[in-house]
Amino acid sequence: MGLHLDFSVVLERWPLFLDGAAMTLKLAFIAILTGGAIGTFCAIGRGSSNRFIAGLCAAYVETIRNTPLLVQIFLVYFGLASIGFKFSAFSVAAAALAINVGAYTAEIMRAGFEAIPPSQIEAAEGLALSRVQIYWHVILLPAIEKVYPSLTSQFVLLMLASSVTSQISAEELTAVANYVQSDTYRAFETYILVALAYIALSLVLRAAFWALGQVLFPRRRRLGTPL
Amino acid sequence: MSQERPQEHLIVERPIVVLDKVHKSFGALKVLDGVSFTVERGEVLVLIGRSGSGKSTALRCIDRFEKIDSGEIRVCEHRVDAVDIDLRALRQDVGIVFQSYNLFPHLTIEQNITLAPVSVKRMRKAEARELAKAMLARVGLSEKLDAYPEQLSGGQQQRAAIARSLAMQPKVMLFDEVTSALDPELTGEVLKVIEQLAADGMTMVMVTHEMGFARGIADQVVFMHAGRVHEAGSASILSAPATPELAQFVGTGL
Amino acid sequence: MGGSLNANHLLFLGQGALWTIGLSMIALIGGGVVGFLIALARVSPSKAVRLLSGAYVQLVQGTPLLVIMFLGYFGLSALGFAITPLWAAGASLTIYVGAYFGEIWRGCIQAVPRPQWEAAEGLALSRTQRMLKVILPQAMRIATPPTVGFMVQIIKNTSLASVVGFVELARSGQIINNSLFEPFLIYAIIALIYFALCFPISLLSRRLERRMGVGRAKLMPA
Repeated sequence: MGLHLDFSVVLERWPLFLDGAAMTLKLAFIAILTGGAIGTFCAIGRGSSNRFIAGLCAAYVETIRNTPLLVQIFLVYFGLASIGFKFSAFSVAAAALAINVGAYTAEIMRAGFEAIPPSQIEAAEGLALSRVQIYWHVILLPAIEKVYPSLTSQFVLLMLASSVTSQISAEELTAVANYVQSDTYRAFETYILVALAYIALSLVLRAAFWALGQVLFPRRRRLGTPL
Repeated sequence: MSQERPQEHLIVERPIVVLDKVHKSFGALKVLDGVSFTVERGEVLVLIGRSGSGKSTALRCIDRFEKIDSGEIRVCEHRVDAVDIDLRALRQDVGIVFQSYNLFPHLTIEQNITLAPVSVKRMRKAEARELAKAMLARVGLSEKLDAYPEQLSGGQQQRAAIARSLAMQPKVMLFDEVTSALDPELTGEVLKVIEQLAADGMTMVMVTHEMGFARGIADQVVFMHAGRVHEAGSASILSAPATPELAQFVGTGL
Repeated sequence: MGGSLNANHLLFLGQGALWTIGLSMIALIGGGVVGFLIALARVSPSKAVRLLSGAYVQLVQGTPLLVIMFLGYFGLSALGFAITPLWAAGASLTIYVGAYFGEIWRGCIQAVPRPQWEAAEGLALSRTQRMLKVILPQAMRIATPPTVGFMVQIIKNTSLASVVGFVELARSGQIINNSLFEPFLIYAIIALIYFALCFPISLLSRRLERRMGVGRAKLMPA
């Protein structure tokens, strides 16, 4: 019953894996950008004095956080198609991931906003800045800086979670793996390689966020300490 | 030693700040109970009193950080108590400096100063930069243009905060216990900047615990007690109090 | 379209929900045991043990659960085990949950204030005694809210067991949908059942968190 591993037939198909990895990164990139914006607005909305908006944002966050991504994806993909809205697997995958990560981002950003001292906002009001200007110049960046490690981890988790979109045949890394293993009958080897590829992608993403942090937070680059 | 200021305005002007029978409660607690005073152009009014006497609240009402329950507040042409007041227009005319400086930690001193002129007054960046330099020179911090707030001492941060307010060219400046958070050896440099502003003719309302400083700079002293103006007059009331409360306050507060 | 949703379908979904709960319990217990050992290993005095357990956490947290499921399924059979979906799913979830619990609990152990460690040392307690009598009881209190919060993740993550053919709630929904083709209705019902399972636990976790006075947003794998 000895374990015999043969990676050669799997490795031969490396261009497929490369395409899959690129697609995974593309999905993650779109979802992070869109979901990041959704989450930020939602975090602002939850603090709104308008109870309808605050309630809507809370309902969105709770619904997403308490149901599995897989079911969300099925509901959007097959559900929308059944009532006449047909979208490509890729667009549904990207949208579902964005909606999903948006809810988690909202919770993290809310913590970031709450960590900004009210005196900062008062000082900005005293300088006659408008609400939008205050959010943009005084609150947003320091809030992001405060929760940047959490955001980074959440976005890496999102990249990993994008593997679930293989279940609606978005052609990302896991979908490629499913195809290669059925083609080569080397399932264990295939998934070992793909696992390693995901670990590498996680490291790449973490490095990218570190670099982005260096650009976003010049003060920290110079002084080293978080706000 | 009271400062002599030339009578530069011959025509009769309307006062810069007027409080008229201002009432304000936090829940059941009455903090302002019919407060009235007037600040003319170029005047320095100093609010003193024990903590809880309402002096900081009175100051914050002028910039509408607190809403009043009844009475009237006018600042330049603004009706501060009006429901439909244009807050941003008011705050372009009023500069406020806080006890805890409240500089923006993620921005350099220059960015702290240029933020409002560029965003609110749509000043060009280069012009705003020159303005920042001029304002920093005024508070003696020219070399700190590119520093971040945390690289500055408390006294320097407070001076930078004053420069930030001045850059909006306000018609009146409010100072809310601006030296209370500072170590004693750092208060002097901040007070000197404020003295210079007074000498330049800036209209100011300040809450302070520095009695010696108040005596030297104030055109008017308002002593608040239990939410009311208990005693008011020129700086001389500090040397010769008419009420036992002020006498006791000056006696212990020195 | 093959007929409409009837009581039999709902019964089938109910069965699926029970399996979701069952698999969650397996993952909770299995992952709990692994996670406990990992947490202890992460604060071990031996550097090799710390590195090894750290590597385990990094590898698992860098891999999607879906891929771990496939690895469990195909790996165990490649190793010659007669593999059932329950086994594959249970083993994969144990590995996955163990890494996350290990990391969460390591944080809790290290969050016990330093003076407590020193005081315990000063009393000449052995290392095991220090852990059992002084550190762990305090760490457990700190660990309660995030552990309860992670149970929500476990329940949601069991949905991925459907890919290795384990018939839990999500899979039973797929099966019914294959015959009825009412995806909107069926997946909405499935989502609702998951919500009913998860939301009370989310609320509980938040209440515990508030009582402990820690208002930090926590990371949750999607």
